[in-house]
Amino acid sequence: MKVSRNGSRQTIAALVEDRPGVLTRVASLFRRRGYNIESLAVGTTDEQGVSRMTIVVEGTSEVGDQVAKQLDKLIDVINAAVLDSTESIDRELALIKVVARPDQRREILDVAEIFRASVVDLSVSSLIIQITAANETIEALTDNLRPYGILEMVRTGAIALVRGEDTTQVVEFEDDELRRFHMGSGRIPTGQLPHLSD
Amino acid sequence: MDTLFGYPGGVVLPLYDRFPHYPDINHILVRHEQAAGHAADGYARASGKLGVALATSGPGATNLVTAITNAHMDSVPTLFITGNVTRSLLGKDGFQEADITGITMPTVKHNYLVMRPDDLAYAFKEAAYIATTGRPGAVHIDIPKDVFIEEAEFSWPETINVRGYNPPSTAEQGSIQQAAEIIDHSERPLIFAGHGIILSDAADDLRKFAEKSGTPVVNTLLGLGSIAPDHVLSYGMMGMHGSYWANHAASNADVIIGLGMRMDDRALGRFEDMNPTAKIIHVDIDPAEHQKNLETHVPIVGNVSDVLKQLTNAVQKATHPDWLSWIDDLRIGHRASMSVPEGPELTAQYAIARIADYIGTESVLCTGVGQHQMWSAQFGAISRPRQFITSGGLGTMGFEVPAAMGAQAACPDRSVWTICGDGGFQMTFQEIGTMVDAKLPVRMAIMNNCYLGMVRQWQELFYDQNLVDVDISQPDFLKIAEAYGIKGIRVDNQEDVDAAIEEAEATEGPVLIDFRVVQQDNVWPMVPAGAALSETIESAEESAMS
Ligand SMILES: Cc1ncc(C[n+]2csc(CCOP(=O)(O)OP(=O)(O)O)c2C)c(N)n1
Ligand SMILES: [Mg+2]
Repeated sequence: MKVSRNGSRQTIAALVEDRPGVLTRVASLFRRRGYNIESLAVGTTDEQGVSRMTIVVEGTSEVGDQVAKQLDKLIDVINAAVLDSTESIDRELALIKVVARPDQRREILDVAEIFRASVVDLSVSSLIIQITAANETIEALTDNLRPYGILEMVRTGAIALVRGEDTTQVVEFEDDELRRFHMGSGRIPTGQLPHLSD
Repeated sequence: MDTLFGYPGGVVLPLYDRFPHYPDINHILVRHEQAAGHAADGYARASGKLGVALATSGPGATNLVTAITNAHMDSVPTLFITGNVTRSLLGKDGFQEADITGITMPTVKHNYLVMRPDDLAYAFKEAAYIATTGRPGAVHIDIPKDVFIEEAEFSWPETINVRGYNPPSTAEQGSIQQAAEIIDHSERPLIFAGHGIILSDAADDLRKFAEKSGTPVVNTLLGLGSIAPDHVLSYGMMGMHGSYWANHAASNADVIIGLGMRMDDRALGRFEDMNPTAKIIHVDIDPAEHQKNLETHVPIVGNVSDVLKQLTNAVQKATHPDWLSWIDDLRIGHRASMSVPEGPELTAQYAIARIADYIGTESVLCTGVGQHQMWSAQFGAISRPRQFITSGGLGTMGFEVPAAMGAQAACPDRSVWTICGDGGFQMTFQEIGTMVDAKLPVRMAIMNNCYLGMVRQWQELFYDQNLVDVDISQPDFLKIAEAYGIKGIRVDNQEDVDAAIEEAEATEGPVLIDFRVVQQDNVWPMVPAGAALSETIESAEESAMS
């Protein structure tokens, strides 16, 4: 079953400014404070200029609270909160390449079906299984596939949303000029620039 | 902003080129960028205003890093400006390029690399806002050379809106009620007053709250000055070199109210045994400080000045005569370990106590880091917010001279004294040159014990007297004074102390006094690293036994 709020793994949702350097700031904070990231997934949101990070960290709920508060302290983090696992849905996508001799294929397909995973590539001696599920389900699937031989596997890390009407946060609107300023600071030079040395 | 401390170089030349057009900006040319940073830090601590330092790219910028970290760790409102190479050379390892925003990222509240001249005004307004509000701190702006040069329409933003940053003011009433209830039912309440009281100008609020609730107050190192030492509820400094009675009061209180302090290990000793049975109320503007080191029963998020007003309203009037007399008895019984040593020798404690007595509370007292710093905290008679300027969190030797220079620039009408270590002084004394040029009449008092004294103390107590690389040699400090054309005074014995202080005060300044103090003295009381506050020891003999 899913790890509860007091378990050894905490899921944190952070809304961040979609700005150069924001990922470095977050990563730097984790390194500095010694928090252990199990996974980190970033993507855009429906709000222009705002990205959402889902971060899974190892540790107790106290660690989760500290991580969220330290994240919130970063100016580029609009807000951060620990998600209660019983109150939220979390999903992860995995692609698993398994050894599959023709005589084993049927068996493997059965396993995949039990986990509601699908086969997305097939070759003479292998196939790729795709699954979208909670962390534990993916673990269970890989346990079942391991005897056949897992050649390669890739996972996205969890993303999560709170159930029901509640949202993790409301984002204040930022006008165009301010957004342009906030997007502007980064090491990437814009436009054609003179190449001169001092 | 009117004053900034800086040092030029290639990429900031376009900025320096314009200074003559802005005579209102007082640029003080230092001798090393680290000193520019500490001066900005001292300036901010002494005045409460934003301190500003400026450096060029590469080595100029990296020289600022210690000062940035120091200011940020003590929550001092500071702005650091660096130049960088032309935009097209960024990331190409151009001459004197350093990824300085990458370097400062973990040691600032926020930083910027401004890539468009149009954005400069925004960046400065936002940076100053972030540095001075909420929990203050260091903010850094990096500007490529061609951004300085390119022309842009100047428009000063009217308002600032940073949606990821909403510093709190008053606290939720619920947490105030909860705290008030606990305080009203306490028998042995105790306040830990920290730097936040000074940063938010809450000394009056603290006094009113303490008086109404009848709660005694102990200070952290950076909280010194938040309550006058002669106030009936004031019990001095707690922590590694705090008093025996303050540390035992902390261990025996039934309710602890932490105000604008971060429950630091130097103040609290071993966390688990600080006082496991006390109910802890912790007021801080930075919620990340709550539950970081210590489990707190009532965390209160808010500006400590506002929260104290709320708490003062919410609590009942109370007195705790038994509790106060319990602490008073300890104070009487253990006075000795917190007193200037008796005897005819010239000790640093004696010199510092005489200086404090002579210069009074309207002066500013700065320190370096080490034994002389702890003695300044113990015998400096710190009575007023912003009177005492010391590097707490980072503990940066070499802070004493440039920080005092910054404090003097901020407070031209105050007498600024700095108690220097002979080791720390040798790290940054080149700034005497700056003081002479900028007419900053700082009084430097070197507690010359011919040792890296605090390190020697640790080697003596915890490394079996194995003294290694601590008997640092000294130049003739009077010759250094002479080389800079300032007055130097040497003091070898107690009898000459007062006359030297008087002479230094009477001199135009800057002035240097070389106090040749007892060499092998140790700071007492002491809570050994990793010990609990209740394990405070008061002498070397006691240390040998434990
Ligand atoms: C920049 C820096 N380097 C090293 C230390 C470690 N340290 C702490 S106190 C101390 C000795 C300080 O000697 P001195 O300035 O003579 O002061 P004293 O303790 O003798 O009063 C040292 C080396 C430090 N705090 N800062
Ligand atoms: Mg010394």
